[in-house]
Amino acid sequence: MAKYLLLKHYRGAPAPANDVPMDQWTPQEISAHVQYMQDFAARLEKTGEFVDGQALAPEGTWVRYDGEGRPPVTDGPFAETKDLIAGWMVIDVDSYERAIELAGELSAAPGAGGKPIHEWLEVRPFLGGHEHCTVPE
Amino acid sequence: MNEVLLRSLTPSVLAILVRRGVDFAAAEDAVQDALLEAVRVWPADPPRDAKGWLVTVAWRKFLDATRADTARRRREDLVDEEPAPGPTPAVDDTLQLYFLCAHPSLTPSSAVALTLRAVGGLTTRQIAQAYLVPEATMAQRISRAKRTVSGVRFDQPGNVATVLRVLYLVFNEGYSGDVDLAAEAIRLTRQLAAAIDHPEVAGLLALMLLHHARRAARTAPDGSLVPLAEQDRGRWDTAAIAEGVGILQAALALDRLGEFQAQAAIAALHADAPTAGETDWVQIVEWYDELVRLTDSPVVRLNRAVAVGEADGPRAGLAELAKLDDSSPSPSSGGYPVPRHTAVAAYLHERDGDLATAARLYAEAAQKAPNLAERDHLTRQAARLNARRRR
Repeated sequence: MAKYLLLKHYRGAPAPANDVPMDQWTPQEISAHVQYMQDFAARLEKTGEFVDGQALAPEGTWVRYDGEGRPPVTDGPFAETKDLIAGWMVIDVDSYERAIELAGELSAAPGAGGKPIHEWLEVRPFLGGHEHCTVPE
Repeated sequence: MNEVLLRSLTPSVLAILVRRGVDFAAAEDAVQDALLEAVRVWPADPPRDAKGWLVTVAWRKFLDATRADTARRRREDLVDEEPAPGPTPAVDDTLQLYFLCAHPSLTPSSAVALTLRAVGGLTTRQIAQAYLVPEATMAQRISRAKRTVSGVRFDQPGNVATVLRVLYLVFNEGYSGDVDLAAEAIRLTRQLAAAIDHPEVAGLLALMLLHHARRAARTAPDGSLVPLAEQDRGRWDTAAIAEGVGILQAALALDRLGEFQAQAAIAALHADAPTAGETDWVQIVEWYDELVRLTDSPVVRLNRAVAVGEADGPRAGLAELAKLDDSSPSPSSGGYPVPRHTAVAAYLHERDGDLATAARLYAEAAQKAPNLAERDHLTRQAARLNARRRR
């Protein structure tokens, strides 16, 4: 099994085919979309492939250390930041092919007109940490 | 076996061990072990005296743990003091445990975790699941909390207000995982109300019951939020409402008003309206005036603006909202002082007939929503108005 992060972006991904802002959809289309996302996660829980799913608020703050005894410096949010993560799902699957297949399904979530959004999702493999720690029995 | 009944014995069993001189942290561990053993043993072999059984087993668990320790001397002292087996003392120190677990030296998250374990009898795993953190994290939080209060004298009078704050936090966490935290908060507040005569404890219990009574109506089958005005009132739990109203009336009769009683009074007025249109908004505004006097929190002022909008029309509500902006601007929330300010503005503009502004503000409010359910709800509101404007 290997873990993959499926990343969804507010900004920074190529434009999807069905690119209409959500507040311009009909309420029914929004419900259908939410239902699709819930069903997808529920199905992965049943197959034992779901690890975690979270959504992030659009606005964050940049922070850095500013030296001994000084409070951290904060800045932002920066409107010019190209890449803005909206949320993620972590899956634990048998193969890279399976991860791609699932990301494809997630990208087919319905949007305006009930048609798939074709949203670009980013699939990032986790760097495994435990492969070399196996102790022979 | 009734798990809730078992857990309801937790605080008194724990208090008995502490009275016998066991330090709080060790006693708490011993009681947890005894609870786990009860879950294992009782289904096949239920004891006649459940509390006595738990005290005996917890005491044995404590001795086992102490034996494993190097503190041999201390154990021998304590064993000498072990009381003869027999009926458990009638003195109930449950109240003292509430005070200890909500001690002001604890952070809110620590106080919540410790209360759920030491008073509520939940396992660390259950608490971790309910708060969606790893079990090891929750275990650390609890043991740090126990260390923090280890020097606190058990027989000191505590602060009821901090206890209520903790129970209110648990209640608002709602429901996730196996444990229904709202129901657990009600159980713990009920138990507290039985241990102390205090109008604000009663007020909080009434508030919880009245709010909880609407839970089934608050979400649609697809999980989306249903606003109060659109809820199917036939699905409200009338027994819980009747109990909440009764408790509230008894508390108000004592004439020592506090913020939980005032909040419960508002909840009771909503519960009392057969339809949303029959809500007594004028009286609700009066209760909000009391709340502003008692707390002066921006959240209360925001809710008051909504009530004014209903009582005196949307323009009046917007005027109240505008005052709120000026009184406490906060750059960290984009110029808006309180969460949901934008959502309230959207609602009032819609009622005022300005659909374009309302739709824009709903979409903006969705961006600032504190959780996904609210975000989806606000996005739907924007979509609904935009669809109407296109027709």
